[in-house]
Amino acid sequence: MTDSTRKTGSGIGTSRRSILKGAAALAGTAAFPAPFVHAQERVTLRYLSTAVNQSPAIAEKASEDLGIDIEYIAVNTDEVPRRVITQPNSFDLVDSEYFSLPNLVPSGNMVGMDANRIDRIDELATVIASGTVDGEKVGWDGTAPHEVLYLEDKNATTFATEPTEWITLIPTTYNADTLGLRPDLIDKEITSWASLLDPDFAGKTAIINIPSIGIMDAAMAIEARGDITYSDKGNMTREEIDFTIEKLIEAKRAGQFRAFWSNFQESVNLMASGEVVLQSMWSPAVTAVRTQGIPCVYQPLKEGYRAWASGFGLPRTLDGRKEDAAYEFINWFLSGWAGAHLSKQGYYPAVLDTAKEYMEPYEWAYWYEGKAAEQDIMAPDGRILEEAGAVRDGGSYAARMGAVACWNAVMDENQYMVRKWNEFIAA
Amino acid sequence: MTQASDTVTEARQDRVSAVGRKPARRTGPMLVPYLQAAPMALVFFFFFVLPLAATIAVSFWQYTQYSIEPAITLQNYGDIFQGCLRDLPDLCTTFRTYLSTLKFCLIVWATTLTIGFTIAYFLAFHVRTLKFQVICFLLCTVPFWTSVVIRMISWMPLLGRNGLVNQTLISMGVIDTPLEGLLYSDFAVILSLTHLYTLFMVVPIFNSLMRIDRTLIEAARDAGANGFQILTVVIIPLARPGILIGSIFVITVVMGDFLTIGIMGGQQIASVGKIIQTQMQFLQFPLAAANAVILLAAVLVGVWALLKLVDIRKEL
Repeated sequence: MTDSTRKTGSGIGTSRRSILKGAAALAGTAAFPAPFVHAQERVTLRYLSTAVNQSPAIAEKASEDLGIDIEYIAVNTDEVPRRVITQPNSFDLVDSEYFSLPNLVPSGNMVGMDANRIDRIDELATVIASGTVDGEKVGWDGTAPHEVLYLEDKNATTFATEPTEWITLIPTTYNADTLGLRPDLIDKEITSWASLLDPDFAGKTAIINIPSIGIMDAAMAIEARGDITYSDKGNMTREEIDFTIEKLIEAKRAGQFRAFWSNFQESVNLMASGEVVLQSMWSPAVTAVRTQGIPCVYQPLKEGYRAWASGFGLPRTLDGRKEDAAYEFINWFLSGWAGAHLSKQGYYPAVLDTAKEYMEPYEWAYWYEGKAAEQDIMAPDGRILEEAGAVRDGGSYAARMGAVACWNAVMDENQYMVRKWNEFIAA
Repeated sequence: MTQASDTVTEARQDRVSAVGRKPARRTGPMLVPYLQAAPMALVFFFFFVLPLAATIAVSFWQYTQYSIEPAITLQNYGDIFQGCLRDLPDLCTTFRTYLSTLKFCLIVWATTLTIGFTIAYFLAFHVRTLKFQVICFLLCTVPFWTSVVIRMISWMPLLGRNGLVNQTLISMGVIDTPLEGLLYSDFAVILSLTHLYTLFMVVPIFNSLMRIDRTLIEAARDAGANGFQILTVVIIPLARPGILIGSIFVITVVMGDFLTIGIMGGQQIASVGKIIQTQMQFLQFPLAAANAVILLAAVLVGVWALLKLVDIRKEL
């Protein structure tokens, strides 16, 4: 039936056409008196990203609002760029970290998105679009999103230095990470990244075993301890990498670390079980520990945050109706419902104003303005996250994102860094 | 002659005459064994020889952060062993990693062999009836009904800082502070590897023990041997093929393991497999391929050495 409706009228021989017409008519009468409803199949978009970014509620809502089906492909943080580079035809939409872009763009497997087709392109959060919050510049160490946001043209394999009409990634979620801790198991006041290497917590700290992110945490800690001042933490020289790894190996041999983790759930488990009392954590992971009824604090530190951002990109293999659907979905994503949904999990969305429209004023005040909750704060799934009176760790949006010190990064010396990281693991 | 064998003879004559009618009477019978071997050979070719050849080829290629290019360079091998000679007597990362992996191999081999042999011995000589032997043997395989990862992770609530073992020991007053070394340590890795792979020892050793002619043991006893002598002089030598096959299983599996060492070691313990995985994650496929080739060579040398100890074809 679908075949017949699609092909009628386009250069098919008369005899076959008449047969097809008959078939279509039959099918039409058999089903509904509105054959045009069946004129187009629903589009399914294969959405590649880490599992954390894949909310079933968003897929459900998108399917309802747009008639586009979202098929999630969940992989690890490291696996996302690998899939983009090795199998660009295995997905229609990728939600990738900005720090992967220096590897992805030169491969030519992704194309620039046409800014003219994104309705709210001018409303993107300034921290992503220009690296500023309320007009103030944030830390740009590492791969800051605005530095890799634009391409010279659709198929360019290098970044544009000035804003253009071709966008690499449209932000989905971003946030600032800091140390998470168990206040019930720590009686010291934690104010600095240096605590990650504090011998008082020997055997009770952890770091992330994704080199691009782990090295940044380590750099924050080592710099905070006063061992070194990096020229750019996110783009170290070989000497700086050697020094950082050497310090990490020292700490590891002294038994500083309990474990290394490589995905969201592992970090939650380490913290919830009490194996680890202090570690670099993703804000929603802190929320996840807390929803288990275990006290966990996302601790703002004087050196600032390590920020990350993730966004939608299109593979070069995308075309036709799927491409239209991808733009449609992205525009829907920026239109508020999804932004509000993600905000209530502790993420920040690309367009703040539309998300605000879909949140209650007391929710907005809690999540974005750093104010005490007027009522109980609910997670999107209806569980109580915080009782009335609670204040969000890290304060308001401006306080958090304004205090970003560096971004997750892929360095020029990335290959060397990965090799040294392996030495650290082996030490 | 029974009727069955008559039928076989007739069938054979039928086939011969059928072949005789065909024009290609010489090539036909010659092709048959090849055709019979073909399915296995094809499976080996497509799923073993081809990937292996590709791995070896890629190990000589060049790479950037987002591409790999055909070339013939020894750069990857050079990178792996970089500084290994210079740093002596200190060990470079590669040597240290292999040494660590080898250490796990030997320890796990010893533990699985001891436990596996004991279990197999009990099943073969102490369980009297075949029915109970089969039941007990099946019981040994029950843990294999769940996935490897689950069997591994299930140790965590036991061994953790606030786990069952620590809680029990503390409540019994044996220790005051929790034992840290139970989880995310060499101990945890060895424990779970032993747990996972002991059955690989039990099965072949049990098989070997069942083939031992019981009259030999009686004869030894009649000749005045005591229990220990029977074990060391009669049973163990006859169980050698089983022990060897089990050893090959365990050693090859442990050499390539990165999951267990990773999870139970809290990702802090190096293994060759883990290094390959990290390199793959960062798209350094040629480097990973070179590492895989070296690992393969190391394992092959080990297996070759084991085969020197026992002529396995003769024993089977």
